[in-house]
Amino acid sequence: MITRRRLLEGASAGAALATMGVPLAEAAIPGLPEGLPAGDRGEAVLEALPGKKPLIKLAYRAPNYETPIEYFKTPITPNDAFFVRYHLSDIPAANDKLIDPKTWKVEIGGDGANGTLSLDLDDLSALPATEVVAVNQCSGNRRGLFSPHVPGVEWGYGAMGCARWKGARLKDVLDKVGLKKEAIEISFNGAEGPAFDKTPDFIKSIPVWKAIEDTTLIAYEMNGAPIPHLNGAPARIIVPGWTGTYWMKHIISIKALTKPQGGFWMKPAYRIPVGKFPIVARFITQEDATSTPITEMVINSLITSHADGGKVKAGSVTIGGIAWDGGYGIRSVDLSTDGGANWLKATLGQDLGRYAFRPFSLALPAKRGKLTVMARATNAIGQTQTATLIFNPAGYHHNVMHSVTLDVM
Amino acid sequence: MRTFTLALLAIVLALPALADESQIKLKPAPGVDKVEGNCAACHSLDYIQMNSPFMNAATWDAEVTKMIKAMGAPISDDDAKAIKEYLIKNYGG
Repeated sequence: MITRRRLLEGASAGAALATMGVPLAEAAIPGLPEGLPAGDRGEAVLEALPGKKPLIKLAYRAPNYETPIEYFKTPITPNDAFFVRYHLSDIPAANDKLIDPKTWKVEIGGDGANGTLSLDLDDLSALPATEVVAVNQCSGNRRGLFSPHVPGVEWGYGAMGCARWKGARLKDVLDKVGLKKEAIEISFNGAEGPAFDKTPDFIKSIPVWKAIEDTTLIAYEMNGAPIPHLNGAPARIIVPGWTGTYWMKHIISIKALTKPQGGFWMKPAYRIPVGKFPIVARFITQEDATSTPITEMVINSLITSHADGGKVKAGSVTIGGIAWDGGYGIRSVDLSTDGGANWLKATLGQDLGRYAFRPFSLALPAKRGKLTVMARATNAIGQTQTATLIFNPAGYHHNVMHSVTLDVM
Repeated sequence: MRTFTLALLAIVLALPALADESQIKLKPAPGVDKVEGNCAACHSLDYIQMNSPFMNAATWDAEVTKMIKAMGAPISDDDAKAIKEYLIKNYGG
């Protein structure tokens, strides 16, 4: 485990500043984006949680750890490098009866259901299994790159990952209790909780139409293995195309509702201004005149073959990365080396499905000097990334085109 | 779903696995004891460093108010005032 203290050994001035609590001008982790808040760059450290490789620690409690970019060179993110994000600090231990696979149960009910049901892991595994490769991305991924900065977890590029999820269809479970025709939303509660009674519990809902899609799952496997403790063991909700806020970890309660789910985490949290983003998927029962819940992910891409500031040999350089969207599918990725005046079409790689990371690559000529490469993805319905930030006060949906500047030697 | 008493919270803080927080050092200045005594009950103090130094008087005021009004933090008026002053002075832009 690399700690900030250890990283600073030998840098006596930095160590002295650190013990005085003065924010460091230099990042403790090489390669952190310069656009992050100085305090974020100063306190972030590489640290390994139980069962995890060293990830970029942004906050210890509630734990928020992002995945370093190097793990996005492949379209599947390894379980032990998958980011960790919690809202509340009371996280059940792996052997807590609430989430121990031997004792775990999920309760199904609510005023919009015709009955109630309790399922254990054997019951869930006995239902027809579905697999989907899907990106799980925090709504606030890249929030730390907002200009001006906004309060929150100051994520860089790594509050996301893509995995092959396996589980039972939520639809099949809801069919077992039966939905009333008045049901409008399905709500989720997990086993994580707040430190104090008065802190709002993390409860989220999605519209019925999204809940009964064939790939909305109660998943119990991630990349062929049980879901890791800190990614929601033993079962979590998978909502392909939608941001991570709806992917409830450690699921223990599912309710069909005839009235909109209330609570802090539905409103005012996780909302975007009406009309600012090109969003197709709507959550009508939660909309108001000025704001709407965040729903599907906006189209995005990331260059992963080279770190910003990397050195390459003159001649040719192959630029690669990944692209993803809200599930319409990636049509193309284009690269520019002249600030967006001209674009070259990259070759798309392995297609793991419309909800997955889609790799891209292209060999570009590289002359001695600085080479800045920018990537722009386009999806099947013609949406593209933005050149300038679409500002919103909560810091969601950052999909400004990513670029890296290389030193060509 | 579950809630903690302060006694249990102390046990959680003692667990090294999820809470290696001892290395967090806030700037020593008047009010830091109020910050440590109140804010750390629910979250690690690196949330403060992470959100600096771009926050200003208005945004730190709003953040502390949110913790009390929306998140239910049991912070006295006097402590809230001291916390806001500390954050604005030491972690403001």
